[in-house]
Amino acid sequence: MSKKEKKRESIINISLELFSKYGFHKTTIPDIAKALNMSVGNLYNYFKSKEILAQDAIIYTSNYLGSKIKDINIQDISAKEKIKKIVEVYFKIAQDKPQMIEYFLRVYLSNREVFKDGCSGMACVSGFVTEIMIFFESAVESGELRDQDFFSAFGLFMGYLGGMVFLKGEDILPQEIDFYIEDISVNIYNALKA
Amino acid sequence: MKKPKLKLIWLQSITCNGNAHSFLNHPELFNILENYQLIYHPLLNSVNTIEELYTKELECDILILEGAFKRVGFTKFDKEVYTIAKAYSNRAKWIITAGTCATFGGIFQEADNISGFVFNSELKKENFNTYKDKLISIPGCPIHPKWIGFALDMIANGKKILLDDMLRPKELFASTVHQGCVRNEYFEWKVDTKGFGTKEGCLFYELGCQAPYTRGSCNKIAWNEVSSKTRVGTPCFGCTEPTFPKNSLFKTKTNMSIPKNVPLGVPKRAYLTMTGVAKGFKIERLEKRLIDYED
Repeated sequence: MSKKEKKRESIINISLELFSKYGFHKTTIPDIAKALNMSVGNLYNYFKSKEILAQDAIIYTSNYLGSKIKDINIQDISAKEKIKKIVEVYFKIAQDKPQMIEYFLRVYLSNREVFKDGCSGMACVSGFVTEIMIFFESAVESGELRDQDFFSAFGLFMGYLGGMVFLKGEDILPQEIDFYIEDISVNIYNALKA
Repeated sequence: MKKPKLKLIWLQSITCNGNAHSFLNHPELFNILENYQLIYHPLLNSVNTIEELYTKELECDILILEGAFKRVGFTKFDKEVYTIAKAYSNRAKWIITAGTCATFGGIFQEADNISGFVFNSELKKENFNTYKDKLISIPGCPIHPKWIGFALDMIANGKKILLDDMLRPKELFASTVHQGCVRNEYFEWKVDTKGFGTKEGCLFYELGCQAPYTRGSCNKIAWNEVSSKTRVGTPCFGCTEPTFPKNSLFKTKTNMSIPKNVPLGVPKRAYLTMTGVAKGFKIERLEKRLIDYED
């Protein structure tokens, strides 16, 4: 990775933190520049506007999550085992890089006007959604999961995980999030199995 | 001295006659046949009768086989058709399997012990090795008249026909039926058709079109000079493929709404990424009817 790419990534990582903590509208470009110890002018060399930065941040997050799920998809294991690994990896990211999931839940889903131009539909989350599609398609093809509309399955899987991470973020869960991995994986599998 | 005409035999095994009939639609049929002497053809005036075909050893430069084959149990004039086909194959300089049945088995491969002359679906039979130096596969249900016309013209003019690993002419089968489809713009932007027979929309997402993963030139060499299945709003059935026929030809097979089959040679991950992006945009021009007809 070049120096410029590294810098770009560090800007995105700080933005994810600030956006998810203070919200998209309350976070300014000078706030982000200050947190990175760089000038506002220099930051604009990397991202032409706050909206473009926000859109690139969701693409970055989606691709990161997608690459983790791809690592699971290419393994020669059952759909049941894959479900558990996807739950594990999702919760691990929620613990190690909470800003990523928080950003998705609290900024991307809540500030649709920011993403209207350039991120319509699945355009900016395709890195992640594509891997979930590949997982579902192959699991139905192998006969392990029941054939149904993609979104009814996607909503069950990702809505569930997102909801748990949201509860964690609100400090409502009485247990550490890892405690729930086994039961959640079994619940998802039972709901989707053929 | 005038070049002697090549002696042509069109031998039918288990067939519906569709390929022989289709060839009759070639607008240049008799110009093509100028170079050939019809020793036997099931529909056109020939030197010999069908009985002579089976009971005599006729001369043969080019043998066209139509229909699926059964090694034992399908006879004409008390002769096994397969045995007679082999005898003429040994004598011929070129063998063309005309149609999916003769090539891969086609619809008849559903029955036991019936297959193509060269393949059993995708599996090579011994005839592949025995005759590969003089074999040309032209699958199709039926074949396009111009496909067989192409092969006959090339042979008559002493031109080499480049073949793929299933012995199909690359000129005709190197690309997919999707190439040249007039609905490609709808495929690019993932706009479904609203039903059969309309001018608008792509048939791949709902109506079972197999053109993106079927080899053939139906949309490059139009049928009856003007048309193709997809042009008139009917899905491609993949009739040139070794796996033809499949089931539910008017419905796209999906797993959780995701197409089971994606365009030939395109990784599913790449296809889904492209689709996800394209579906995010609504192109109004493509969503509308092209022409609003008055009642």
